Amino acid sequence: MKVTIDGQSVEVEPGTTILQAARMIGGESVPPAMCYYSKLKGTGGKCRCCLVEVSKGSEADPRPMPKLMASCVTGCMDGMEVNSKNSDRVTEARKAVTEFLLINHPLDCPVCDQAGECNLQDLSFEHGKPETRFIEEKRTFEPENIGDKIQLHMNRCILCQRCVQVAEQLTDDRVHGVLNRGDHAQISTCVSAAIDNEFSGNMIDVCPVGALTDKTFRFKSRVWFNKPFNAHRECTTPGCCGKTTLWMFGNEIQRVTGRKDQYGEVEDFICNTCRFDKKEVSDWTIEGPKKFDKDSVINQNNYTRKTEKVVINTEENILQGREEDRKKISMAAIPLKNNDSK
Amino acid sequence: MGRKILLGKINIPGIKTYEVYRQNGGYASVEKAFKMTPDEVTEEVKTSGLRGRGGAGFPVGMKWSFIDKKSGNPRHLVCNADESEPGTFKDRYLMEYIPHLLIEGMITSSYALGANLSYIYIRGEYMWVYKTLERAIKEAYAAGWLGKNIQGSGYDLDLHVHCGAGAYICGEETALIESLEGKRGNPRLKPPFPAVKGLWQNPTVVNNVESIASVPWIVLNTGTEYAKIGIERSTGTKLISASGHIKKPGVYEIELGVSVEEFINSDEYCGGMIDDRPLKALVPGGSSVPILPAHLIYKTAAGNDRLMTYESLSDGGFATGSMLGSGGFIVYNDTTCIVRNTWNFSRFYHHESCGQCTPCREGTGWLEKVLHRIENGHGREEDIELLLSIQSKIEGNTICPLGDAASWPVAAAIRHFREEFEYHIRFPEKIKNRDHFVHEPFEKVRHLIKKETV
Repeated sequence: MKVTIDGQSVEVEPGTTILQAARMIGGESVPPAMCYYSKLKGTGGKCRCCLVEVSKGSEADPRPMPKLMASCVTGCMDGMEVNSKNSDRVTEARKAVTEFLLINHPLDCPVCDQAGECNLQDLSFEHGKPETRFIEEKRTFEPENIGDKIQLHMNRCILCQRCVQVAEQLTDDRVHGVLNRGDHAQISTCVSAAIDNEFSGNMIDVCPVGALTDKTFRFKSRVWFNKPFNAHRECTTPGCCGKTTLWMFGNEIQRVTGRKDQYGEVEDFICNTCRFDKKEVSDWTIEGPKKFDKDSVINQNNYTRKTEKVVINTEENILQGREEDRKKISMAAIPLKNNDSK
Repeated sequence: MGRKILLGKINIPGIKTYEVYRQNGGYASVEKAFKMTPDEVTEEVKTSGLRGRGGAGFPVGMKWSFIDKKSGNPRHLVCNADESEPGTFKDRYLMEYIPHLLIEGMITSSYALGANLSYIYIRGEYMWVYKTLERAIKEAYAAGWLGKNIQGSGYDLDLHVHCGAGAYICGEETALIESLEGKRGNPRLKPPFPAVKGLWQNPTVVNNVESIASVPWIVLNTGTEYAKIGIERSTGTKLISASGHIKKPGVYEIELGVSVEEFINSDEYCGGMIDDRPLKALVPGGSSVPILPAHLIYKTAAGNDRLMTYESLSDGGFATGSMLGSGGFIVYNDTTCIVRNTWNFSRFYHHESCGQCTPCREGTGWLEKVLHRIENGHGREEDIELLLSIQSKIEGNTICPLGDAASWPVAAAIRHFREEFEYHIRFPEKIKNRDHFVHEPFEKVRHLIKKETV
C-alpha cells in the first residue's frame, strides 16, 4: 500500500498506522506522540498531539476526512494522502493540545528529574507559547507514596495511561489505574499500596513526563550532567533483556534505564533488579557511549546553537528602587507564627 | 391534536402491568414480526425513516443494516437508557409509565437484528425506573415473551437491565459498551464501530429508548404509515421534554413539523410563557445544542417559520440555527442570566468529562473556570475572546462528542448574547447579588454597554 505524508510516499504493510508510516519516512513529518508507545498494546489516541489531516481517504474513497485524525490509531489505506507538518490546521491543533497539556502542569522543570529527557518539554519547545492565558489556580493532587523505588508526582501527569498498560501487560498483577474522572482523573493505587513488582520500574521509562521518576536517582543529578553508556549483563529474571543504558557520573552509576530510541521508547523492557539493584560498575559489561540526536541536550552538555537573549517583559525602571515600585516587587508581609518567632 | 404513538395508552390505569398492557394490544408487534423475516422488519424500519432519538438523529434502519452479519459472531442490541442530558427526561417518563412498550420494542428490534442477548443500560440515578423495568421483564418472562423459544417461534432472547453508576459519558455508545463490560466508562476509539466490534467484540447496535419504543408501532402499522407523519426527512412523532419558564412543563409527544410558536404557546402543549413575561432564549434539544435568541426562535434567519423538525431547527447552521438533539426543550424568559446558564452547563461538562483525552479534560475545566469568573464579576475584557478560542480548540479534536457538546453552548451563547457577557465584565457591582435581570431585565440596561464614539 502506498501512503503519502507531506508529499513523501512510502510503501507500507496493511495494518500500519499513519504514525508508523511517518516514522518510516522520518524527519519533520513525524507527529509528536505523548501517549502512543509502540511496545505497548492499546496505547494511543488519548493525548491528541499526533493529530493529522487526511486530505484523501484512499484510492477507493478519495474523500477527505472531515475531522483531524489521531495518527497513532488511524490505519493507512492505499493511496491515502496525509498532511502533518504541511497543514495549518494540524499546527493549530497541536498548539492547542500543547496549551491544554501545560495549563495544569506545574512547570517545575528546574526541580524535575525528567527535565532534559521530557517529551512535554520537547513538545512545548516546538509548539508551545512563551506566555500563558491561564490565570486560574492550577489543579493539584495530594502526594501519594507508591513505594521506595518509584516517585509519583501526580501534578505533572498528563494521563497518557502508558504506565497503566505497563502494569497490565508486563506485570502479573496490576495494582494501579486511573481514579476519578475529568481533570481530577489521577493515576493512583487506590489504597496507597506500594507498587512492588519485578517489572514495575518500566513505568518510569514509559512516562513521557516527570510524573513517574526513579526514587533512587531523585535530585542526584540533572540528566545532562550524566554520561550515558550502553551496557548489558546476564540477567536471570525471565523476560528481562539485560540491555540497559547506564547514566554515569565519574565511576558512579547514578541511574539505570532501558535503552531508548529516538522517539523515547525503550528497545526492550528491563527488570527492577537491573534497574535498581545493580549499581556497581563490575555488574555490567559496558559496550560504549550511547548515541543521541545531534541537538539533544544530553548529548551536547553545552549549547552550540546561537541562543537568543531572554527578554523578561516587565515594567521599565522597576528595579531602580523607586518608592512606588517597592510594593510591587516585595512580598506581602506575612506575620510569623508564634512558634516560628525564635 | 397530534397522533400519539408512544404515549397514546399512557393514561390507561394499570398500563404498567403486563395484563393491562396485553389487553390493550400489547406485544402484537412481536406476533406480527415473527410472521415476517428479520430483514423485512429492518426494511420496514428503514422505510419509516425513523431517526435516532438520542440526539444525533442518525436513521435507525440504516444503523441496523450496518450490523455485521457475515462474521457469524453473536449480535447484541443495547438500549441506551442512560439519559443524562440536562433538560431531557423523556425516556424516564416512557420507561416509568409504560415499561412494556420498551420491552416489546426490544424484542421486535432484537428479532430484526438477530440478537439473542440484549441489554437495557439505564442510568444509576433512575433506580426506581430500574426496578419498574425489572418487574416488567419478569412479567414478560413469565408470559413467555422472553427466554427460550418465544411463543413457539423458535427465537430465543434474553433481556437484562444493567444499571450505570452515574456518569453522563456512559451515554456515549462506546463508553456505554465499556461500562456494560464492567470496565471504566471511557469512550473507545473509532473505528472499529460498534456495528462491527461492540459489546465483547461482537457486532452491536446501540439505540435510544424512544427509538426502540417506536419500533412496535412501525411494525404493526408499516413503515409507510409512519413516514406519512411528519415532514420530509423528519418522520414520525417525537417526545419533547419541555421545561423552563413555561406554564405547563412536562413530556409532550408531538408530530414532527409542529411550529415552535405553536408548541410554546398552544394550550395543548406548553401553554405559553409563565407570568406572560417575554421570551428571551430557547435551548431546543438539550444542553449541548446551541442556544437560540428570541428573534430566531419563531422564525429562521431566512424568515420561514421555525418548525419542530431536525431540518428546520438546524436551519442556518450554527450561525443562526440549533439542533433538535434529544428534545430537551428549555425555555427562558427575560429574567434569565445567559452567562449563569452557560456557566452552569459548562460546569456540568467539566464534571462529566471522562479525562481520557487532553482537549476535553483540560479544556472543559478551563471554560468553566473562566465562565465562573465572569459570572462572579472577576471577568476581563479579553476573556470573551479567550472563551471562543478555547472552545474552538476543543471542538472536533476529541475522541467522543462530549468535547463538542461542551463547546457548542459556549460558542452560541457568546455569538448571540455577547452583550450580556460584556455587561458582566464591565459592571461587576450590578451582578454581585445574583439577582440581576430579575428586577431589571437586560433590555433595560442594554444602553449601558452601547458603544459610543465621542
